[in-house]
Amino acid sequence: MKKNHAVLATTTLAALALVSACAPAAAPTAQIIRETVEVPVEVTAPPIVITAPPEQVAAEPGRLVVYSGRSESLVGPIIAQFAEATGVQVDVKYGSTAEIAATLLEEGANSPADVFFAQDPGGLGAVANAGLFAPLPEETLSLVPTGYRSPAGLWVGVSGRARVVVYNTEALAPADLPADVWDFTDPMWAGRIGWAPTNGSFQAMVTAMRVAWGEEKTREWLTAMQANAPKVFEGNTNIVEAVGAGEVEIGFVNHYYLYRFLKEQGEGFAARNYFLPGGGPGSLVMAAGAGQLETSANPDNAQRFIAFLLSTVAQQYFASQTYEYPLVEGVAVERGLPALAELNRLDVDMAALDDLAGTTRLLQETGVLP
Amino acid sequence: MRSGDRQPARWATPTRLALWALSALVAAAVLLPTVYLFVRAAGADPQVWAGLLRTRTLEILGRTLLLAATVTAASIGVAVPLAWLTTRTDLPLRRAWSLILPLPLVVPSYVSAYLFVSAFGPRGLLQGLLEAPLGVTRLPEIYGLPGAVVILTLLSYPYVFLSTRAALLRMSPTLEESARSLGEGAWSTFWRVTLPLLRPALGAGGLLVALYALRDFGAVSLLRYDTFTRVLYVSYRSFDREGSALLALVLVVLTLVVLGFEAWLLRRVTQPTASATRPPRILPLGSWRWPAFLFTLAVAFLSLFLPAGLLLYWLIRGLNSGETLMALGGATWNSLLGSGLAAALAVAAALPVAILSVRYPGRLTRLIERLTYASFALPGIVIALALVFFGARQAPFLYQTLALLVFAYAVLYLPQAVGALRTALLQIPPSLDEAARSLGRRPIQAFWEVTVPLLRPGLLAGASLVFLTAMKDLPATLILAPLGFDTLATEVWSAVSEAFFARAAAPALLIVLMSSLPLAFFVGRE
Repeated sequence: MKKNHAVLATTTLAALALVSACAPAAAPTAQIIRETVEVPVEVTAPPIVITAPPEQVAAEPGRLVVYSGRSESLVGPIIAQFAEATGVQVDVKYGSTAEIAATLLEEGANSPADVFFAQDPGGLGAVANAGLFAPLPEETLSLVPTGYRSPAGLWVGVSGRARVVVYNTEALAPADLPADVWDFTDPMWAGRIGWAPTNGSFQAMVTAMRVAWGEEKTREWLTAMQANAPKVFEGNTNIVEAVGAGEVEIGFVNHYYLYRFLKEQGEGFAARNYFLPGGGPGSLVMAAGAGQLETSANPDNAQRFIAFLLSTVAQQYFASQTYEYPLVEGVAVERGLPALAELNRLDVDMAALDDLAGTTRLLQETGVLP
Repeated sequence: MRSGDRQPARWATPTRLALWALSALVAAAVLLPTVYLFVRAAGADPQVWAGLLRTRTLEILGRTLLLAATVTAASIGVAVPLAWLTTRTDLPLRRAWSLILPLPLVVPSYVSAYLFVSAFGPRGLLQGLLEAPLGVTRLPEIYGLPGAVVILTLLSYPYVFLSTRAALLRMSPTLEESARSLGEGAWSTFWRVTLPLLRPALGAGGLLVALYALRDFGAVSLLRYDTFTRVLYVSYRSFDREGSALLALVLVVLTLVVLGFEAWLLRRVTQPTASATRPPRILPLGSWRWPAFLFTLAVAFLSLFLPAGLLLYWLIRGLNSGETLMALGGATWNSLLGSGLAAALAVAAALPVAILSVRYPGRLTRLIERLTYASFALPGIVIALALVFFGARQAPFLYQTLALLVFAYAVLYLPQAVGALRTALLQIPPSLDEAARSLGRRPIQAFWEVTVPLLRPGLLAGASLVFLTAMKDLPATLILAPLGFDTLATEVWSAVSEAFFARAAAPALLIVLMSSLPLAFFVGRE
């Protein structure tokens, strides 16, 4: 009898192992997609044509090491597309922007990285301020509007990520929502808000408040918001999920998370985005961006890669696959998204959003962060 | 220092010196991250020191210790009855439970907490199920201390379960039986005989639970309970390396406090002289049989079946909506390779430390053994950045190689191997070795032929624990892995951080399965 139970449990485990071992093998197409990187569906972009100068084609394509603070599911396909088109052997290290930036700071001059591709201006600023970036060529920088690149030419924005208010469609209509993020300090919003104070994008918004409003008004906003007892979430994803489920009615997030929920759970998902029309810090459009490490062993490939991220193909990829805003002119945004030009964005230089330490201190002083 | 008439016959001096040298080397390796923290903290300006002494920081210290203490107590409360039920009673399906109950350890805390919140959170699955028939629109609050304690207990009670179970199996049944024959009831035998004998095992398991609770980041952040680790992460994310180092040193001090407390609790533990020669008598539970079964089922349901079931549900929902599975062969192999090597290295490093501390008990050997815990309460990011600092600057040829990653895993998870080996060694009377020697074996030979075979369950237990914690490791892997070295844990992270739940389910299930196998193997052999 005793023996039988042991055998039973072991067979169940083995059977489970078998099932899941088969599962990946049963999806050979997924493998192909990952490796040859024809972006699976909904691609409106023309096939890639990279026109490289003849001498570069003749030469050995060489290597490139990218440190990516953006996740593999977001940027893996487009990086692979670059490798495919150029023959460059690209190795990527993925992580969160803050952790990769901390790694770069510890590595210092011995970093194996050629390019840092970061999710937010805070990470780029920390690496730029440590003097680890080399200036980029003017023709790359000039592809994106001023404000979305480093004034010293140390990094360039690649795609735009808008701060929005995500709201539960069963509880609220757009007409119920105010124009400016300041108005959420009204006690009528008490207990209805979700936010993610440890999240880099939220912190970038607070940094933008400090730039646009000044230290005192930002402190007032944070204190008044605290009085409204917002629910604390770990990240944007959790907020969108909670808003969709009705756990909170609104949340401060980046615009593109919603579209992934709609794709996975269908149009019935009860949350939508509201772009604050007031033009204040709540209407911030942040840049994800890239810079070349000064110690790069492959500076030519690093520059080619950054230029590639600003090519029509790559910009189109960010628009259609990650639902972000292309920063290069002439690339259309995804259906259902308001055009960047139509948004009343906060007028702020991304490079001014690099004082993360000051923002963290303010968040701690107001009790928002531990 | 080496006081003792209880000392076994000494090994030859060269062997003993080698043991000392190896142990010192291991302790030095584990202290490497702490050295880095001192280097960094030395650069901190006075303002940072002032920040450290904020009342808020002290309050969070208190909350952190409260969490660690509560989780440890709750784990002992859950695990000891389960261990006793599965080794000493006629609990239905008890062999199967012995295999199932340690498995929650393989579920990464960031996955488990996420699933817990989506199941029991406000507007979660449970509330959804109850709303239609019963009109329930609000469930009791799960956030804060209670939720964090529940989750961390469900994830970490297996540490106590495994150590207690092993001790119960190796404990000579004669002591309990004598107590019974002298007229003690089952209950009082347990309290007066069994439990005191279990103290070293409870100490070893409870220590790992307490340090796990100190270190955890995933569960406390999802359940919104501010602990010291959260403060540390906030500090790292604002690129304040000096301040972060200071905070991490506080965590090292906390670890020392916990270690000291454990040592104080176990100050007068006697080494058992007899070990199990035959299986203990099975106690019939009678009318308690089914309540005990339900208790066991409830723990297994909450800690394992529910998370695994939800992951399957996500997977199926994703597949139905047209999501394709990613190929995970490479990531699975990388996970197995990295964790397997880490398990081997950790056990090899733990062996001299454990032998030295058990066979040559003294202050210095005890200190060396305790030092191997120094890094266990540090969040992975601290260890990883320390090794980036040393690796990129002092040993560029090792930097971003598998070797350095395996080294990091070993440093992080070593105490689990040390604890398992120590507990096992304590139960092997040195007299066995001595007998072999008196029959003409040389000391090493005697150790190899007599102690090592008896030690095998401890070796397997230690290796399995290191294997599975390395397999679910995220921060160290993200920062130190060779370029392009994806593991199952990084695949889960990559998908979850971008809200692709269906994609996260398959690698998460694979982590659970892959790490179940060695665990099932070693528990099954006992």
